[in-house]
Amino acid sequence: MSAPPTPASEEELPTPAVQNRRWIPRLVWVVPIVAALIGISLLIRNLENAGPRITISFLSGEGVQVGKTLVKYRDVSVGRVSAVRLSADHQTVLVSADLSKDAASLLKADTQFWIVRPRIGVGTVSGLDTLLSGVYIGMKTGAATRRERQFVGLENPPALSHGPHGHELQLHAARAGSLAIGAPVYFRQFQVGHVIDENLLPDGSTRVTVFVEAPYDGFVKPVTRFWNVSGIDVRLGADGLNVQTESLAAVIAGGLAFDDGPIEAVPAADIPGDFTLYKNETEAMAPPDGDPRYIRMRFAQALRGLEPGAPVEFVGVNIGSVIAVDLGYARQDKSFPVIVTAKVYPRRMGQAYDALAAQGKTESEATLATFVGTLVHRGLRAQPRSASLLTGKLYIALDFLPASPRAAFDASIRPLELPTVNGTFQELEANIGRLVEKVNDLPLEQIVADLHTDLKDLHESLNELHTQVLPNAVDTLSALHRTLDSADRTLDVESPLQRSLTETLSESRNTLQAVRELADYLDRHPDALLRGRRPQKMPERPASLSSDARP
Amino acid sequence: MTALRRSVELGLSLCRTCGLAVSRASLKVDRRCPRCQSRIEHRTPFSTEITLALLIAGIVFYIPANLLPVMHTSGLLGEADSTILGGILEFWRSGDWDIALLIFIASVAVPFTKFIAIGLLLLTVRNNSRWQQHQRTVLYRIVEFIGYWSMLDVIVVALTAALMQFQVLGAAEPRAGIAFFCAVVVVTMLSALSFDPRLIWDRPA
Repeated sequence: MSAPPTPASEEELPTPAVQNRRWIPRLVWVVPIVAALIGISLLIRNLENAGPRITISFLSGEGVQVGKTLVKYRDVSVGRVSAVRLSADHQTVLVSADLSKDAASLLKADTQFWIVRPRIGVGTVSGLDTLLSGVYIGMKTGAATRRERQFVGLENPPALSHGPHGHELQLHAARAGSLAIGAPVYFRQFQVGHVIDENLLPDGSTRVTVFVEAPYDGFVKPVTRFWNVSGIDVRLGADGLNVQTESLAAVIAGGLAFDDGPIEAVPAADIPGDFTLYKNETEAMAPPDGDPRYIRMRFAQALRGLEPGAPVEFVGVNIGSVIAVDLGYARQDKSFPVIVTAKVYPRRMGQAYDALAAQGKTESEATLATFVGTLVHRGLRAQPRSASLLTGKLYIALDFLPASPRAAFDASIRPLELPTVNGTFQELEANIGRLVEKVNDLPLEQIVADLHTDLKDLHESLNELHTQVLPNAVDTLSALHRTLDSADRTLDVESPLQRSLTETLSESRNTLQAVRELADYLDRHPDALLRGRRPQKMPERPASLSSDARP
Repeated sequence: MTALRRSVELGLSLCRTCGLAVSRASLKVDRRCPRCQSRIEHRTPFSTEITLALLIAGIVFYIPANLLPVMHTSGLLGEADSTILGGILEFWRSGDWDIALLIFIASVAVPFTKFIAIGLLLLTVRNNSRWQQHQRTVLYRIVEFIGYWSMLDVIVVALTAALMQFQVLGAAEPRAGIAFFCAVVVVTMLSALSFDPRLIWDRPA
């Protein structure tokens, strides 16, 4: 074969054949194109599904693992921690997490994050699953409209993470008492909610946030009163000992209760968000106290046992309490009076107050002071009295003591200064002292010594009786016993004396019978005395008369 | 080497089915083997193109194979998605450096070697390079040989997923990544197969 014609023929011939085949093997390019399409579609899907990346700062990143720790909302995983690093100032741990796309709408400015660790509280045991699986980041969405990607994590989980429907209420109190987050809220001893937060407000008072679950939040009305049921309420009243507690959990973790307060004309339709938290049920259910008035009293006597908080009673009704007990100095007589400041709530006087209000006596402080002045003229005095002999506690009684000496009253002084009289308990104390003195004066030692000698004498006498008199007595008694014994034998039925006596008696009876017969006979036949006995002539005589045969 | 003559110079083509040497001139009339009627090609047609296409497909598949998780394990200690590289790192960190090395070779080193090796072969053939022809042939044989060893990872995942099914206590499921990895292995094997090693020795006309 020659070389030159070959290339020429090659160029001519294969051209249509090769053209025909060329695109079929090129179908193989479908493979990389498909691969690229799949890759790109995956990429697009990933980008589409890629949710937001958020950063949460925590004080501690304990247990948080990159790529493992989940972010959960309502216990469903919505994301995963992608990075953990320290903040620039090394004060916090910045945890980055990639959330799924559908979780993006949960990210509000007030969305809360916290690390769920095993937690054992009084009311609840939670997060136990994290013992095995490690911690996770809990999430609670907020209500704000603004979106946010940077969050500050909570150190403690909010007790209500994503609860059922209900009402969140704010309770205000001077002090929260021993309330724990999660502490139960009771309505007539049914648990209907729980405490979800406690805050110390800038003014020093506390705000307790409670959540009342849905069907029960209808019980919360504008007139509802909340009070603390922490611990056990032991009350010794006129009806005996009364121990009350809502539940064991409330004893330990504290708790709150609410109920309708005294009905008042408050037809407000809306539940106010804010309530006052009272210390106890009694206080909660008391009619509103109104504004307090302050009074001051100077006592010229020691008032040991009078403490802040001691009641102030007006004619036996508690109208206030002592708030301070101070020592003053009176320059005139160089004495140290005890100055007691108390706050009283005139409204607690009830109907009396209403009556006074109707007369316009409570309009202002000045009118009230004038009114108190008239009361003082009628004998109103403050007097410390003993509340309990056992504890020695005192209270202040405002009472009318018309017999007390006249006292000056200056209605212009603020706080009002009430005249005082000394307490009765001091007289009582003096009496007891005198009594004790008298007892002390008794010659007790002398008495005891005398008594001792007397007892000794008595003892000796008894001794004598025992050693001398008693043996003689025993002898005498045994002699007596013998005598009685022989007497007994003598009187026995079998004794000779007895028998002869019986015989004698029977003899004499026979004799007497004979005499009677004789007498009978002589009665019937008086002549027989002269003529002698006649033979029996009358056989018809009854046998009973004739039967007796003469022995 | 140069002393040896090529079929082109002799004007012959070989039937790869029955081994009959056919004169190239006769093939222009009929491309079928006169003896066994197989199609006779002087060189595998479009060899480099197919190889390149499959190689690119392999590289494209390799990206999601590494990015996507290959296995999902769940159990009492939580659940986790593991990628190939993540698994290697985990084994390495926990001290099982031998297993880590094995997985690394099977699922990272081998595919990469194949990409580079096939790429190199394609490049040199395209340029009609006469550089290291003998070594390149050896390289081709190695690529062919190690191809299926990459299936190790796929088998590990398949076995684990089949054996580890204890419901709550522990379960393993394959994830999309392993399918892509499988595709990488298959596509690169096909790529290597479609390469005609005779091209290494061809000289520019």
